[in-house]
Amino acid sequence: MYALREAFAAFRRTPVLTGLSSAMVGLALFAVGLFALASYNLHLALSAIEERVQIVVYLRDDARQSEIDLAEKELGELPQVAQVHYVSKREALDNAKKELPDFADLFSTSEVNPLPQSLEVELKSGSRTRPVVESIARKASSYSFVEDVQYGREWVDKLFMLRRIGAVTTVVLGAGFFLVAAVIIGTALRIAIFARREEIHVMRLVGAKNGFIRRPFLLEGAMAGLLGGLLAWLLTYATYRGAYAFLFAVAWIPGAWVLGALAAGALFGALSSGMAIRRHLRDL
Amino acid sequence: MIKLTNVSREYPRRGYALRDVSFHLPKGEFAFLTGHSGSGKTTTLRLVHMMERPTAGEVRVTGYSSQLISTREVWKVRRRVGFVFQDFRLLPGRTALQNVAFVLEVTGTPRKEVMPRAQRLLAQVGLAPKAGAMVNELSGGEQQRVAIARALANDPFLLLADEPTGNLDERASRGIMDLFWDINARGMAVLMATHDLELIRKYPRGRVLELDNGNLVYDSQQA
Repeated sequence: MYALREAFAAFRRTPVLTGLSSAMVGLALFAVGLFALASYNLHLALSAIEERVQIVVYLRDDARQSEIDLAEKELGELPQVAQVHYVSKREALDNAKKELPDFADLFSTSEVNPLPQSLEVELKSGSRTRPVVESIARKASSYSFVEDVQYGREWVDKLFMLRRIGAVTTVVLGAGFFLVAAVIIGTALRIAIFARREEIHVMRLVGAKNGFIRRPFLLEGAMAGLLGGLLAWLLTYATYRGAYAFLFAVAWIPGAWVLGALAAGALFGALSSGMAIRRHLRDL
Repeated sequence: MIKLTNVSREYPRRGYALRDVSFHLPKGEFAFLTGHSGSGKTTTLRLVHMMERPTAGEVRVTGYSSQLISTREVWKVRRRVGFVFQDFRLLPGRTALQNVAFVLEVTGTPRKEVMPRAQRLLAQVGLAPKAGAMVNELSGGEQQRVAIARALANDPFLLLADEPTGNLDERASRGIMDLFWDINARGMAVLMATHDLELIRKYPRGRVLELDNGNLVYDSQQA
């Protein structure tokens, strides 16, 4: 109870100092927030592209319906496959007319339908990797009634390179941002505690227990972290609205991330305060 | 009560601050610790308050030994021994009452008792009318009274004072000294460091311990 009252009292007594350290925590976490926003959107964009990865199995015109049904069933039962969709010659033609209106005339005047029937194999997310795609393509081409199998080999390769680059930058840059934020937060709280070393000294002098001295500072650190987190949230959200309005449709980061970041801010605040105060409690 | 046995304190660069000092301060005694600056007065007080450990020998304060006490339990000594400084060491930006109440709060006094007790302590040092004043608005003598009230907060058996009148004028000094004697008359031991021989002469009832260059060279009780 005393700890809580003291922690609030600190905000009242030295509003500039605690305000400044919260602001520093906020700005540091804002950088992390921006990075999270950017990498989350990159992740979404890549996933959207990735969803288009599918395998198209073109069938010969003389394939029997029973054979096609069997292939559809067999491919559909593979663990990595989400669903298999049969596209008849007629549907293929309709699609072509819709997607290529300039050639619509050509298709409608032509007596014969030049387009093949096909099976479109959609993969489960997480299975859209090159080895999986290749193995399914191999299996599909082994049917005697299959004309050709297409899946955009280069496309899949490039996508995976992009993904890997994305993952590496996220980890490296993210770690960098986080480290810088950690150092800034740690320093801000150290300054806040250093400014109150006289108070700490007096407490020790008159026989306060170390734990008792520590507690309000831990709480204060947590509050500074939480306030900073809220500030960072506001700033990031403002940036998001700005980008949404003036640039392009970006997505807001998931609520769980925001809550996690706030909790992490508070925890980290308490932790750095704890570390900073240790040096003042170490001596006899 | 407190007992120093062959106590030495050596600093890595400065060398010996205290060398082979032994004395015993029984309950309720008033003793002056005198000597030039740098003779080891402050070091002696710090050792008794267990702000540092001797490099050799042993300091015993009530049941606690400097050799055995840990950082975590040193508060037990601090609550039994009050400390008053030359420069008061009050918390600025708080009132006299708050400075005393602060000590009671951080040493676990039940909340309801804090304010009445702080009031009583200020009354004891004759400062009840100034309880609501900010400490930085008080005179030196008044600030020292607040510091003494603070040192008395946990009802210690011993009061350590390091040049408590060093920053005060003649009149304020006399007031503070009278206050210390009052406190002593109520049964509390006092160990006061001062280089002011004039002051010691005015209070001949006090025991005198003289330090010179870290050695205990005179003890009025053994003379």
